[in-house]
Amino acid sequence: MKRLVCVLLMLVAGRLGAADFDYRLTAVQVAKDVYAFIGKTEDFSTDNGGNIVNTAFIVAAQGVIVIDSGPSLRYGQQMRRAIASVTAKPIALVINTHHHPDHFLGNQAFADVPIAALAETRNGIAADGNAFAENLYRMSGDWMKGTEVQLPGKTLSAGIVDVAGRRLRLVALDGHTGADLVVVDPASGVVFAGDLAFNGRAPTTPHADVAHWLLALEQLEGLTREAGFKVLLPGHGAPTADAAPIRQTRAWLTWLSGAMRAAAKDGLDMNDVLARPLPAEFASLPVAASEYRRSVGHLFPAAELQALGAKP
Amino acid sequence: MKYPLTIAAIALAALMPPAEAAALRESGDPLDSARWSEMQKAFLAGAPVLFDPRVKVVAPSTAENPMQVPVTVDATALSGVAEVVVFADFNPIVQVLRFFPEDAPAFLGFRVKLQQSTPVRAAVRTADGVWHVGGTWVNTVGGGCTAPSAAGGSKEWQQRLNEVSGRQWSEGPNAGRLRMRIVHPMDTGLVAGTPAFFLEEINFADASGKRLMRVQTYEPVSENPVFTLQRATADGPVEASGRDNNGNAFKARIAQ
Ligand SMILES: [Zn+2]
Repeated sequence: MKRLVCVLLMLVAGRLGAADFDYRLTAVQVAKDVYAFIGKTEDFSTDNGGNIVNTAFIVAAQGVIVIDSGPSLRYGQQMRRAIASVTAKPIALVINTHHHPDHFLGNQAFADVPIAALAETRNGIAADGNAFAENLYRMSGDWMKGTEVQLPGKTLSAGIVDVAGRRLRLVALDGHTGADLVVVDPASGVVFAGDLAFNGRAPTTPHADVAHWLLALEQLEGLTREAGFKVLLPGHGAPTADAAPIRQTRAWLTWLSGAMRAAAKDGLDMNDVLARPLPAEFASLPVAASEYRRSVGHLFPAAELQALGAKP
Repeated sequence: MKYPLTIAAIALAALMPPAEAAALRESGDPLDSARWSEMQKAFLAGAPVLFDPRVKVVAPSTAENPMQVPVTVDATALSGVAEVVVFADFNPIVQVLRFFPEDAPAFLGFRVKLQQSTPVRAAVRTADGVWHVGGTWVNTVGGGCTAPSAAGGSKEWQQRLNEVSGRQWSEGPNAGRLRMRIVHPMDTGLVAGTPAFFLEEINFADASGKRLMRVQTYEPVSENPVFTLQRATADGPVEASGRDNNGNAFKARIAQ
């Protein structure tokens, strides 16, 4: 027993030594005046502190436009410092693409500037923000210290907007959540896809409507076919110069929803569905096994309802 | 570590595959739960107990949604099963359900609300009076029993209370399977202001009126329960009937 305690203490000490709570954010230039912080294609953990998400910023004529603020106060603060090392311009606006915690819990570090989101995203953050934050405290530990929900104060709607002297096109879609904002920056040719597109990582589905998501991917792919398109920045995973993340996300969702329907139709129980192996096509995709498990919980009950002939 | 076995258990072990026989034991909870002796007193008092790998309890090792943790109990490797009691050592309400497989195999799938990480166990009483115990640990990040049911906020379920939907499968890999869902909030009474309101009894009978299985359900069974049964011979429709603790009765036919 005594030995066990010693080993545990060493583990704790080791952990403390390693975690200086520095996300080591490095701005990667993805186009002229456009930069991104690329997160790991992992699950939330006390090792990565929730740095599993892509955030970005545009250096516009009169200021900086920030797209998503990361998973914690510390992330937001470090992000702001990293932006300041690229440009001396002030932050003009922070945009939250959707109401998932890794995309808005850094807002606190930008409390002195306007923060904006679609109306339904604002409602979602107001309703679920605290529960999400609590969850991240459990998964990411002390990286979250001091993090509180900072609601976006401004409402965005679809269309052309002028921010800090930059013309942006806002495309309001849904499917990953009830409201998913895609930001198109015509000046650089960058499409900020938010979590409608995942690259090299299994998509997450806690608030997904798969049918809507697939429709949204059609529209998103259309944006990549427009003249002037240069870069697609997915919500998770590396940016690309083509629509590959869209196709990947579509392939996963199509398989996943089909598999849920077929399993329910065949009379499988949720444990039977959980025990199924992943198809070879997806088996090596990062976090595929854990996202599949979660998605069974999110999506199988609806498929089951239909197979059992229940009213939704 | 060795666990001494009685003569009866040794005789039993001789009939089992070596790997399973090696896992049989009469003392020393294989799940190493601090509450085992309490559980034993509450549910199995005075009767012989055997930790038996033939009692299969399947559940995810990590519950992604503590309100809907799928559990499958399969005791079909035992013969002469009279009663199965399912409990979760560390749940605020420990007892999940009991089922009596009369003319159906000792197999039941369902979903349960868990408040924290806990063993989920099935104790299976065979005709000789021995309790065969199987189980598995489920880790969860809590909230299942003291979170309000989704129905709590809406009035819609009141019109649909006890509405049954279901299906049987007569061919394919799941031939003989029956699945049933019933609309019910299954309120635990642990949420302030919401009294306990849950299904208490469900009976499954075949077309001739012969009972396949009786299930006694308790508060921890998930909202809008879904049950999976396996029929020995799938012929004809099944009638499901039962009631909740407020006396609301239901009866429904599940076609084949
Ligand atoms: Zn998301």
